[in-house]
Amino acid sequence: MGESYQITEQCSGQRFPCKAGQSVLKAMEQQGLECVPVGCRGGGCGLCKVTVREGDYECGKMSRVHAPPEALAQGEVLACRIYPLSDLIIECRPRQSAAGHANEYTTTKAMR
Amino acid sequence: MKKGVMRPGHVQIRVLDMDEAVKHYKDLLGLIEMDRDDQGRVYLKAWTEVDKFSVVLREADEPGMDFMGFKCLSEEVVDQLRGELAAFGCEIEDVPEDELKDCGRRVRFIAPTGHSFEIYATKKQTGKWGVGNHNPEAWPRGLEGMKATRFDHCLLYGPNLDETLNLFRDVLGFDLAEQVMAPDGKRVAQFLTVSTKAHDIAFIHHEEPGKFHHASFFLETWQDVLKAADLLSMTDTSIDIGPTRHGLTHGQTIYFFDPSGNRNEVFAGGDYHYPDHEPVTWDAEELGKAIFYHDRALNERFMTVLT
Ligand code: FES
Ligand SMILES: [Fe+2]
Repeated sequence: MGESYQITEQCSGQRFPCKAGQSVLKAMEQQGLECVPVGCRGGGCGLCKVTVREGDYECGKMSRVHAPPEALAQGEVLACRIYPLSDLIIECRPRQSAAGHANEYTTTKAMR
Repeated sequence: MKKGVMRPGHVQIRVLDMDEAVKHYKDLLGLIEMDRDDQGRVYLKAWTEVDKFSVVLREADEPGMDFMGFKCLSEEVVDQLRGELAAFGCEIEDVPEDELKDCGRRVRFIAPTGHSFEIYATKKQTGKWGVGNHNPEAWPRGLEGMKATRFDHCLLYGPNLDETLNLFRDVLGFDLAEQVMAPDGKRVAQFLTVSTKAHDIAFIHHEEPGKFHHASFFLETWQDVLKAADLLSMTDTSIDIGPTRHGLTHGQTIYFFDPSGNRNEVFAGGDYHYPDHEPVTWDAEELGKAIFYHDRALNERFMTVLT
């Protein structure tokens, strides 16, 4: 049912299909891929920020602090809140600090 | 020492889309819509709560928490604490009666973590929803979704935990029930209670002030937590982690997100605290186990996904 588009993430080279009306992040998760980090999936936390390099898409509601109008105009969007209207080329720059400081006090390892 | 603060009374949460949010908090969590105001805010409560509302939703272009309010024993207590908050050095705002519908005047202050809190003593009491308080039945029929029983606590992220502990303990009469200590002796998490609950408010150290981690709602049993998880899958709602158990407080829990990316928790069980109890201490090296007792590792989202 409906159209399916091809999404390409430039940094990893990973490609995955995304149905019309489905968010890019959800389509990625369904394929078991991790080229974009997954947070709240609701446009609130900013973790899934990507830049769309090519293609058309619709936007759902996103937190203004993570996707201000100026950034939206540059194609800087939240992957959990964009819905493709064509094939897309997106870019997710690896984040620098987040993981490091998250684990500052965390050395416990899963034991199983 | 108790100072007349009774319990968490309300939380105002910002949402990106009101219709989606109301559907989430009503149909899925099982809160009851009690009122709306001319600003478009929606007032909800959980069924066991006697006051008219405990959750207020406000549509905004950035999700997160506007403020959390604690109910006090009397207006005299509010006056007394207002003076002590000012003496402590808090920025204070007097919010007039009926700014929130059917709620008395509130004294709002900013904690050193950057969060806005309020104390107040007066709010319309509509009684437990669907059951009286005279020969009451066990529970009301007609509850939806997870059938959340009460708004229980919030976990907030921000800096200056020591000053914030001083404020909540010395001025407002909370006790430190549980803490996480880094090897250098720095407290990186503090769970505070003003009742015998394991926590009424919790803080985790974070450089950016004023961040919201989750609002939590109490369920009766582990089976209810499991059914809550079933409902999250049935409705394709974003799950963070669980069902699992916390090491801290030992509550049985599941974390998930509202449609605007604000984290919610529903949980059952957990420890209790009396004022003569020593705080429970977790070492930061064991933070993974302290937060997620079974996985014994944090998911990265726990530290980074905030609104
Ligand atoms: S995952 Fe939180 S904004 Fe997309
Ligand atoms: Fe919690």
